[in-house]
Parts: sequence; structure tokens; C-alpha cells
Amino acid sequence: MAETIQLTRKDFVSDQDVRWCPGCGDYAILSSIQKLMPELGVPKEDILFISGIGCSSRFPYYMNTYGFHTVHGRAPAFASGAIVSNPDLSVWLITGDGDGLSIGGNHLLHTLRRNLNMQILLFNNRIYGLTKGQYSPTSKEGTKAKTTPDGSIDHPVCPATFALGSGATFVARTVDTDLKHMSMVFKRAAEHPGAAFVEIFQNCVIFNDKEWEEIEDKKTRPDAALKLEHGEPLVWGSSGNRKGIKMRNGIVSVIELSDDDDPAEKGIRIHDERMPTPGYATILSSLTRPDYPMPIGVLRAVESSVYEDDLIGQIDAAKEQRGEGTLEDLLYSGDTWTVE
Amino acid sequence: MATKRVEEVNDITIRFSGDSGDGMQLTGMNFTETTALVGNDVSTLPDYPAEIRAPAGTLAGVSGFQVHFSSRPSHAPSDYLDALVAMNPAALKNNIGDVLPNGLVIINSDSFKKANLVKAEYLEDPLPDLRERFQVIEIAITKLTREALKDIDLSSKEKDRCKNIFALGLTYWLYNRPMEFTQTWLNQKFGKNQAVLEANLTTLNAGYFLGETLEALPVSYVIHKAKIEPGTYRNIMGNQATAMGIAAAGHLMECDVVLGAYPITPATDILQELAKYKHFGVKTFQAEDEIAAAGIAVGASFAGKLGVCTTSGPGYVLKQEIVNLAVMTELPLVLIDVQRGGPSTGLPTKVEQSDLLLALYGRNSDSPMPVLAPSSPGDCFTIVLEAFRLAVKYMTPVTVLSDGYLANSSEPWKLPEIESLVRAPVKHHKDAETFSPYKRDPETLARPWAPPGTAGCEHRIGGIEKDYETGDVSYDNNNHHKMMEVRAAKIAGMVRDIPDLEINGPESGKLLIVGWGNTEGAINEAIKEAREEGMEVSSIHLRHLNPFPANLGEILKGFERIVVPELNMGQLVHLLRSEFLVPAERYSKVAGRPLRVHELLKHITDILKDEA
Ligand code: SF4
Repeated sequence: MAETIQLTRKDFVSDQDVRWCPGCGDYAILSSIQKLMPELGVPKEDILFISGIGCSSRFPYYMNTYGFHTVHGRAPAFASGAIVSNPDLSVWLITGDGDGLSIGGNHLLHTLRRNLNMQILLFNNRIYGLTKGQYSPTSKEGTKAKTTPDGSIDHPVCPATFALGSGATFVARTVDTDLKHMSMVFKRAAEHPGAAFVEIFQNCVIFNDKEWEEIEDKKTRPDAALKLEHGEPLVWGSSGNRKGIKMRNGIVSVIELSDDDDPAEKGIRIHDERMPTPGYATILSSLTRPDYPMPIGVLRAVESSVYEDDLIGQIDAAKEQRGEGTLEDLLYSGDTWTVE
Repeated sequence: MATKRVEEVNDITIRFSGDSGDGMQLTGMNFTETTALVGNDVSTLPDYPAEIRAPAGTLAGVSGFQVHFSSRPSHAPSDYLDALVAMNPAALKNNIGDVLPNGLVIINSDSFKKANLVKAEYLEDPLPDLRERFQVIEIAITKLTREALKDIDLSSKEKDRCKNIFALGLTYWLYNRPMEFTQTWLNQKFGKNQAVLEANLTTLNAGYFLGETLEALPVSYVIHKAKIEPGTYRNIMGNQATAMGIAAAGHLMECDVVLGAYPITPATDILQELAKYKHFGVKTFQAEDEIAAAGIAVGASFAGKLGVCTTSGPGYVLKQEIVNLAVMTELPLVLIDVQRGGPSTGLPTKVEQSDLLLALYGRNSDSPMPVLAPSSPGDCFTIVLEAFRLAVKYMTPVTVLSDGYLANSSEPWKLPEIESLVRAPVKHHKDAETFSPYKRDPETLARPWAPPGTAGCEHRIGGIEKDYETGDVSYDNNNHHKMMEVRAAKIAGMVRDIPDLEINGPESGKLLIVGWGNTEGAINEAIKEAREEGMEVSSIHLRHLNPFPANLGEILKGFERIVVPELNMGQLVHLLRSEFLVPAERYSKVAGRPLRVHELLKHITDILKDEA
């Protein structure tokens, strides 16, 4: 073991000027990640940030770790290649709603179902920022953007629901203004063996300001968001406006609660992130404003076999059974003959 | 039984053809292995339909396997057939045009019924006419197979599956081949199913013995061993050699190989083969699509491994944005494009050499990349290893242009001595003090390769232009120009590692033939024949298409006329004209099959006659 040097946040700040717009939600996410890094206990040289294209994808340049800024939508493929090459790496994939779900939806799906060990952070601002304001696959129907002057007619995709449908073993949500919550979620993601998907509600001040206002604003958040905690009831709301969620046969109902009601007695559902099938988490992920609270936190965390572990397992087994292949074995096997 | 005559011949070409369900590829492969083991020089040409099972008996469903074997060294599939085995009318119709006048045509007469003739679009029975022009040997193969197997407890359908083995046995008699190889092979294949094994062995003998007794076949042939360079040989197909080259690269360069691939004809075999090579340490990753496959390989390269992709034209196109990132970030990567007929889906199972310009110019902006092309199935091994060495030494993606013919055809391959293989262990940059991601080696201009896991060398790279000195993002205009120049200079400088061309024939004269890739065998054969007829012609063969060998320009200047045979509409010719300002002439063949010797010979003859 190499001696452990206690790293600090500063060790993870690169020498590059950060070039996001002032007030962009990305700053808080960056800072939260930089703060978290020393806590993970992973040597700096073993950390790799990989991104696609978009505002969020500039992220790796600002981390003083290894970083690879790749091409639009395909970052999951590069990350997959890196982790199968070196499973000791801590791989962080940074993507956005356009990069990850429009051009890169296919790769995201397959990376999640294969369960390669990496953290996938999807910054969802419901708009294309870098190309200056076109609607994205997560934009609400009717969004007026530069390419949709009459309002978008696309039905949006919900990132967390998509991830669950792809077979993700870890799916969580967090908000760019809640540092404590972000940090908790990122840490959980880092600890998860396999692909950990995190959707971050991120504010684009320039092209889609206040998209997540209710959830981002500390004052309105308690009534707009439901913070999930494993083993705790699905309850939210400020004092005097407390509510809970009941689920029966997949039907969700919102129950009003008084401040001193016992949620269990009222039949409120207890959050279980370890449900073996994704049905429950999928229902949770699809709840949305204004009829329901927006669930944030860990929706699902289950263990399953990890792709690169299995791949290396097969290689080791093959070497065990057949002996480690040599060049002689490779060339001189099969039907050969000798000409004198 | 009267003893039959035995004739000595130097050279035979036979084609087995039948319905795609008739087992013609296996028959051809057995004949090839046996023939190679006997010591003849062999070159094969499989021809199979793109559809897995086209309707039985139709022209679209015909599958063929051609074997050219000789007592002399020969590396071309010959143009014409001495013998054709046709298991049904459709096979006859598709192939009869290639049979030499008075050649041997062995047919399964049981399948020449009205219904099959109709499926083969014969308006009338073709046999009366063919009997005039060829030695047509009509054998009731289905009936004779069933008869031979009457005591074996199998359904007629199962018995009928042995028909191809009957034909194989007959040809073993005809060309005096031993049956041991096929017997052993059958034992391995059907050892678990005694009845099927016995049926196949019995049928093989039945075919062989029919040859001995059949009056219609008065002669059998002997083809002596070819005088081949001493050594250990195996029969090899290009895709196999490619797979071996990839696996060997890991050992010779002491660095794990990671293959990202997506199934595509005719490259899939390489992925399948390598998936079996886990004990050699090869990691194969079947990706969700062609683009991801490239991303996986480049991700592996960034992580310090040997990233490689195998694909064919339509997949190669899709990968180009990823390849461009590897050009920009200067990461090693080997891309193997097993070219096939195009454009679009084109002719998936047929050969073409039409991705050359794509490899050179098919990416946005100026994006230089070295391009190599193997000239024979065995050469795929050598060139793949060379591609890996160049990719690492120069920190660049390298494309290898194989093709559908090299991929599936075979030749006896002299196995390289293990000690003779070039060892080039990968040396990652480890020294944090001296590290800067774009600090170039003064000679090769390659940047250092410091993969994640190397303490003190943490750095960020990506597709945005880099500062010449630091490698940081830079939008500076003059810097961009400088970077464009250095990227180009790096690839151009690779010429120092590319051997000079050797001329086949005089160093100057009237006519030079310039080939590349799979056409070497056919060109050499045509040149040989031209010389035998007293013509003076030289040839060179390019295995390096970018950069070109240093002496290419000089050679071209020595000839009055330059003809460039290619299986495309004229791509290399275009490069030669623009690079060397010489009046090189196009000789294009895009018929989905290898270059034909007699056609090229005629072209050479016409030119030299013109000049005379
Ligand atoms: S455009 Fe929007 S998302 Fe992009 S940096 Fe500016 S505020 Fe952030």
C-alpha cells in the first residue's frame, strides 16, 4: 500500500478557468464533486472523468484528475472501454439531457443494462445550452425555444424512468442548489458497485432559467420535493401542509396528513430502494409536478453482477482451464504440416 | 475391374456448388485442407449468398467454394474451372460459364427434375447441349447415397445430408487425395452421434469407390507436391490471420488487447475467433453499435491498452467521428476494415477495394491517418502486427484495409518462427517530472502516453484543439495552423518506418502495373504469363497506402505507361495522379469477385500491342 496523503478539495481543482455562465448550476455541482473527492479515499491518479459534448461536458477540464472530453453522446462507450481496461479506476461520466438522452440514448441504455462500474451524472436543464437554446428531449411539451417558436410537440423522456427501464441497478436524483443532498447522493453513487445513474436538476440561467425553481428554492422545496430515505415513509410538506403517498396495485394516491399523524398508521408507503424488481421505483420516478411531489434521493439501489468483473472472471477461467496461451499455441495449433 | 489411367497434371481448379443448405463450404474446406496437407499450393475462393437460406433450388441460393491447387507456387484463384461439381440445376446455371471447354461437369442427376429446372429458370433441359461442350458426368448422387446407407438407421432426410460427402469422396478419387484428413474431421465433428458418423464415413467411401468403377470416368489425376519453401505450414484464411495478429500483438507488445466490435459481414469471424482467445488475454466487447465499438476501443487506448476495432465499410463510415477524436487526441488505435461491395449495404458477401479514399479522406477537416493493406490471407497477420507497432510508436489511429476476398479465401501459410517476430513492448510514460501531454518526441513527433493510474501525470484531453506546448484547450488561430502542420508532419514522417518498394521486373520501361491489397496474386500471375509470351512489363505492389513508400515517385517516373488495377472505380489511381503528377491509368473491376488474370493479361497485351 502506498502511504496515504490526505488530499483536500484544492487538490482536485485544475488550473483551467471555469467557463460556464455566471450563475449556472454547473458551478455548484463541480464544487460539490471537488469537495467529495478527498472523502472517497481513491488516489487522484485513479480517478477518470469522461464526458460527451455540451455545457456539462466541459466538466473534466476543471477536475485535476484524468479527464477525457470525447464526442457527442458517446461518452458511455469510452467509459466502458476504460473501465474494462482498468477496473481499478473510479470512472465518472458527465453528461446532459441532450448528450445522454438524445444523441447518446442508445449508449446510455446499454451501459446501464451491462452494469459497468461507473458513476453517470446527467445534468438535466431541459434545454440545449451550448448551441444556445433549443429544446431538448427532456423539455416539457409546449416549451418555446429557438427551434420551437410555437411550442414543442415532443413528448419528453424522464431520465430516471429511462434509466430504470434500462435495467440500472442504482438510480438517484438530486438538485444543484442542495449541496448536502448532492454530496450524499454522489457518495452513495460512488459506493455502488456497477453503473450508478444520477439525474441532477440543473439550472441553465441563460436559456431555461427557473425551470426547476420550486425544487431549487429552499423555501418552496419542502412542498415540491419528496426526499427519499430508505426505510422511511413517503412523506413531504412543510408544517401544516404535510402529505404522504399511498400505493396500491400500482395506483398512487396522495393523502393529507396532520403534523402529528403517524404515517404508518395511515398506510403511507415505506420507501424501499432495494426492491428486486424496478416497478416500484419506476412509479416513483414518474411522479411529477404539480399533481405529485418530485421524488429526490435514491430511488433504487440493488446489487447485481458487474460487467468487467464477469469479463475478467471469464478470462481467468479460460487461462485456468486451458493454460495461459503462448505465441506457439496461437500459431502452431491446428492442422500444420512441414515442408522439408 | 479394369485399372484406370492416371494422368499427371500441374494445375487444377475445381468448384463445388450447390444449394446453400448443401454443405458446399464444408466440402470445399475439407478438400482444401486435404490438398494443402498433400503438399500442393492452394488458393481458395468461397462464394456464398448474402441470405442465410434463400429458397432452396433457386439461383439466389447457390453457394460455391472454389479450390485452385497446383504443383507450382501459385497465389491466385484461377479464372476458369477444370471441373465443376453441381448439386442442382441452379448451381449448374450459375457456374457453367466458368468451366473450360471440354471441362469436367459432375452433376447430381437426381436433382435435374422439372421443378428444379424451373427454379433455376431453365426453359428446357440444358444437358443435351452441355453434353456436346463438356464432359458431363451424370451421377444419381441422392439415390446412391441412400443406397449406401440403407442399413443405417437414419431418416431419408438425414441420409440426404451426406450427399456432399459423396461428392467429396468422388473428387478424392479423381485427384488421388487421401481420405484421412476428412475421416478424422468427421470423427471430431460427429463423434458423439455414432449413426451420423458412420453414415458420413460410409458415404465418403461410396463416393470414392464409385470413381474406381464408373466407366464415364476413365482417368484420374495426380498433382505432385509443389516446391514450396521449407517450413511449417498451415492453411489460413485472412480473417483467421487477422485474429491471430491481434492476439499476437498483445504478447509481442506486452500490453492487453481490447477489441470493440459489432457483428458485420464479412468481418464478424474476427470477433468470433477472438472471443475464443480469452486464454491469450484478449478482451472482446460486442458493442451496441459500430460507433460504440470504436468508442470502447479508444476508451481502452486512453486507459493504456491496445484498442482495436474490426468492421466493414458501412461500419467503418459510422466510426469516423470517433476515429477523428483519436486523431485529435493522438491515441493509438487499430481499425480493420474488411471491405465489401458497396455503396450502402451493397454486396455484403462480395469483395471490393473501395474504402481507400474513405480511409484517407472520410473525416471532417484534415485528419491524416496511416493506411495499410495486406496482400494475401497470411499477410493479414504480418500487417496487423505492423499496424499496432506504428499506432503505438506514432500515437495515431492506423487503418488496415482487408477485404471480403482475403477474409474468406485461404492459402498455405508458412508459419513465422516465433523468434523472428518483432517484439515491441509498450512503454507508457511514467515520469511526472518530465510529463506534458503534448510534449512531442523530436524524431517521431509522437506525444507521450500516460494512462490513468500514473501518479503525477493527471491530464485532460479531448476533441477541442490543443495548445501546441501545453495541450490545454486553445482557440488561437496561429496555434491551430501549427497543430494542423504537426499532425500532418507526424504521419508523413512515418515513411522512415516503411520499407522501399521492390520492383518485379525491369526498373524502367514501357509498362508498370501498380497494385495494392488482395490483387497481388492475380497481378503476378498475369505478369508471369505476359513474360512467357515475350512481353516486357514490370509491377509494384503497395501494402502501405499512407504514407507511400519513399521510392514510389522515382519508380513511377521510370515508365511510359502506368496501369492501376483495382476493385473499385479508380481510387489509388487518383492518389497517384494527384500526388506524383503522372498519367496513371485506371483499370477498374467491380464485379464482386477477385481480379481475373486473363482479363488483366489481355489488357496488358492490348497496351503493349498498341505501343508496338
Ligand atoms: S448556457 Fe446554460 S447550462 Fe450552459 S453554461 Fe450557460 S447557464 Fe450553464
